[in-house]
Amino acid sequence: MATKPELMPGTLDMLILKTLTRAPLHGYGIAHSIKRVSDSVLTVEEGSLYPALQRLLLQGWVKAEWKKTETNRRARYYTLTAAGRKQLGIEVSDFQKMIAAIGRVLEDAQENA
Amino acid sequence: MNALVRWLRKTALLFRRRNFDQDLQEEMAFHREQTAKEFEAAGTTPEAAQYAAMRQFGNATLLQERSREVVQFRVETVVQDLRFALRQLRRSPGLAFTAILVLALGIGASTAIFAFVDAVLIRPLPYPSPNQLVDVDESEAVFPRSNLSRDDYQDWKRLNTTLKSLEVYGGTGFLLRAGSLSEPVPAARVSDGFFRTLGVTPILGRDFRPGEDKPGQPKIVMLSYGTWMKRFGGRREVIGESISLSGEAYSIVAVLPRGFSFAPRASAELWVPLLDKNGCETRRSCHNLDGAGRLRDGVSVQAALADLNVIAARLALAYPGSNQGQSASVVPLSELFVGKLRPTLLMLLAGAGLLLLIAGVNVASLLLVRAESRRRETAVRSALGATPARLVRLFITEGLLLAGLGCAAGMLSAVFMISLLTRIVPKPMAQGMPFLDALGLNLHTVLFAAGAALLAAVLLAATPALRLAFRDVQPGLSDGGRGTASRFWRRLGANLVVVELTLAVVLLAGAGLLAKSFYRMLHVETGFDTSHLATVWVMAPDSVYSKPEEKITLYHQILEKVSAIPGVQSAAITSDLPLTCNCDTDWIRIPGKPFHGEHNEVLQRDVTPQYMSVLQARLLRGRVFTEADDANHPQVTILNQSMVEKYFPGEDPLGKMIGDGDLSPKSMRQVIGIIEDVREGAPDDQPWPAEYFSIYHSLDPYFAIAVRTGQDENAILPGLVKTLRSINPNLGVYGESTMTTQLSSSQSALLHRFAAWLVGGFAGLALILGVVGLYGVVAYSVSQRTREIGVRMALGAQRSSIHGLILKEAGWLTATGIIAGLACSVAAAHLMRTLLFGVHAWDFTTLAAVATVLGGAALLASLIPARRASSVNPAEALSAE
Repeated sequence: MATKPELMPGTLDMLILKTLTRAPLHGYGIAHSIKRVSDSVLTVEEGSLYPALQRLLLQGWVKAEWKKTETNRRARYYTLTAAGRKQLGIEVSDFQKMIAAIGRVLEDAQENA
Repeated sequence: MNALVRWLRKTALLFRRRNFDQDLQEEMAFHREQTAKEFEAAGTTPEAAQYAAMRQFGNATLLQERSREVVQFRVETVVQDLRFALRQLRRSPGLAFTAILVLALGIGASTAIFAFVDAVLIRPLPYPSPNQLVDVDESEAVFPRSNLSRDDYQDWKRLNTTLKSLEVYGGTGFLLRAGSLSEPVPAARVSDGFFRTLGVTPILGRDFRPGEDKPGQPKIVMLSYGTWMKRFGGRREVIGESISLSGEAYSIVAVLPRGFSFAPRASAELWVPLLDKNGCETRRSCHNLDGAGRLRDGVSVQAALADLNVIAARLALAYPGSNQGQSASVVPLSELFVGKLRPTLLMLLAGAGLLLLIAGVNVASLLLVRAESRRRETAVRSALGATPARLVRLFITEGLLLAGLGCAAGMLSAVFMISLLTRIVPKPMAQGMPFLDALGLNLHTVLFAAGAALLAAVLLAATPALRLAFRDVQPGLSDGGRGTASRFWRRLGANLVVVELTLAVVLLAGAGLLAKSFYRMLHVETGFDTSHLATVWVMAPDSVYSKPEEKITLYHQILEKVSAIPGVQSAAITSDLPLTCNCDTDWIRIPGKPFHGEHNEVLQRDVTPQYMSVLQARLLRGRVFTEADDANHPQVTILNQSMVEKYFPGEDPLGKMIGDGDLSPKSMRQVIGIIEDVREGAPDDQPWPAEYFSIYHSLDPYFAIAVRTGQDENAILPGLVKTLRSINPNLGVYGESTMTTQLSSSQSALLHRFAAWLVGGFAGLALILGVVGLYGVVAYSVSQRTREIGVRMALGAQRSSIHGLILKEAGWLTATGIIAGLACSVAAAHLMRTLLFGVHAWDFTTLAAVATVLGGAALLASLIPARRASSVNPAEALSAE
């Protein structure tokens, strides 16, 4: 029953936090937004989205509250907290550093090829 | 900091878990709806869209579980598992009850026996630094451990370099005046440093001071705690008071602590210093004391033995007449205290261990059978997303829970069994083990019980869990699937039952052999008629009967009065009663035979003329004593058969002379008769050479009276005691008993009875468990083969052949178990052969009886499932499932 990791491991939290910088969203909204923005390259599986949200809640990086949607349905909206914003900064810079490093390794490998 | 906040949030969530679940459910439902709408927008029908969304979403319960795992504590899953396990047990209370009961029995019995072993073997000496204490005695060819002579003791004490201190003790007794009667009180004589060496300090008064044991010193006495309470009302003022012991004034100097006991002199109520050399102590060859010493730091028992042996060799050179062939014997004091009990206790512990093993195997096979019947359940669970690890954990939790409950119940039953055990310990044994009163659960025993429970838990958790690990889901789901795995595990259950039956046979055989030994011991050839024989001990103090004529008059008076008691046929007086001990010996030398100073040790018994006829001992040749064989006539002697065989092989001893080591004229006596061996020692001791003398030649203050009665010998005892007291109230009259009691209450008989009862109990439980286990396996096998049986019947098999089919299966298991068990029994009995008396390890009748009992019980147990199998309705069996 294991879900195949389609995202790079460890990046889901960052993507959720980033998605929430624009506006508070519910779970479905987050998944939908990530899919749309990434042109359907990145899909967030429900099996990992909700545990990830619980993790973020525990860390205090997001807050959750029940609100009405435009269609007047009750949904749980997640909002980025100040701590979450700080965390996002850290994760993004870490991630960029890593991407840059990976890029250098790949370029190096090409030159030597 | 962050960790703390996270923990607080988790805790907060713990209390609103229901809200959490509802929120999560609603949230996910919303998500699903939105996804379905998406599909609908793309053009699918609403219904198909819903299914597509659900498919994409997957197992909702599992997803929810994952989210919950993020916020819950690790222990919560354990609690969940426990709750689940409890629910499972509640669902089949019969099984749970049986499993816990069986475990409680196994753990309880083994813990109780362990408590015993712990107290007796691991902490046998109730003194500080017990490992330094040694038993010191002399040693010679016939007696590897013989008493220490007082003169040798003085030299050993002075010359040794390996002992911090060396003390001696010996038994004695006093007549204590209680009201109008004189009561004989057992006492002990000790050297002055005896209590300091043991590390015991009086609770009241003072210890004996150095030098206070020398001849001529004032007479002083210490009271045991029990005596102080019983006879002196526990008054603190007794210190300094004077009491009359056998007519002499002793002043009380101390009271010993309550917990004090010294096993070799367990009954001693009074403790006095050695003082004057009494009786034979003036001779170096008089061996009447025992030594106890404390090793110097870092000195081994062997080093002390070597040291004392060197001294003994020097003494043998200096005093060849008395010390030739004498060496030393040094063993740990604990060996003397409990050495005799060790083999019995270790055997009992092994027996209890086997019982525990059977119990564990029994419960494991119960769980196995149930795991088999829960195949579908586990398959469904794993199909619903339970990981194999989680499933195994469920089973392990169940095993642990059962083992835990079993352990708790086991401890309770252990407490009960310990109190039962201490009550069935024979009194003479218990007297040497004062710690029995305090026996109970302590750190050692609780640890042992926990260890046993842990072992059981591993066994219980491993069997079904292992079983699960080897299986895949598919065949379980499609019920009726009988893969190879199923057969393999049925075989495992069967193998476990064979193990159970094997162990049960071993225990049954052990119990049978012990019971037979006990029976043999009670019916040992004694050489006299033990029935209708009453006995009593008398102490006639020298202060009252000082002259020999007075004693002889007393003997005649006693015999006359006792014979006049209604129901008494005849009576005699003896220095020692038969079936007591191979003690009270003499060294002999036969004129005209080669002699090099060796100790020809033979038993010596002084008796009145009627003795042989009262005992109904069988005179082989010659004559018995008459009243004429008194001090005015030359000494004569009667020999037993062992004596004739050993010292007069192939000769006619009648008329021959026997003397002491120096053949001194005074000691010479002529042989006038030969009797068949009368067993003087314990029933399991070898008969010894013995010489009987007329009591008129040696008058001892202690003697016993043997009374042959025409009626119940027990009924005569009160009258006997009363008659003796009426002769003179100053006579100490004690130890009234009967020869039958004496035989059945000898130390070895008691130990045998104790062991036979316990092992018998274990064996009974093992038999029940084994047979129930067999029933379980066969019944399970029948339930699994119902369809097969249906097919066989549909194809024309007779009911009798189905019956036979099942019985054959049970028969195979039983036969394997019995054969393996018999082989193991012979090996086990060989290990415990020192405990057997008059029975071989391969005693055929016992083994045959065990095989019959177990076989019969097994047949009965398998008849029930066999009957059920043969009454299967083929139509129902085939349409079922």
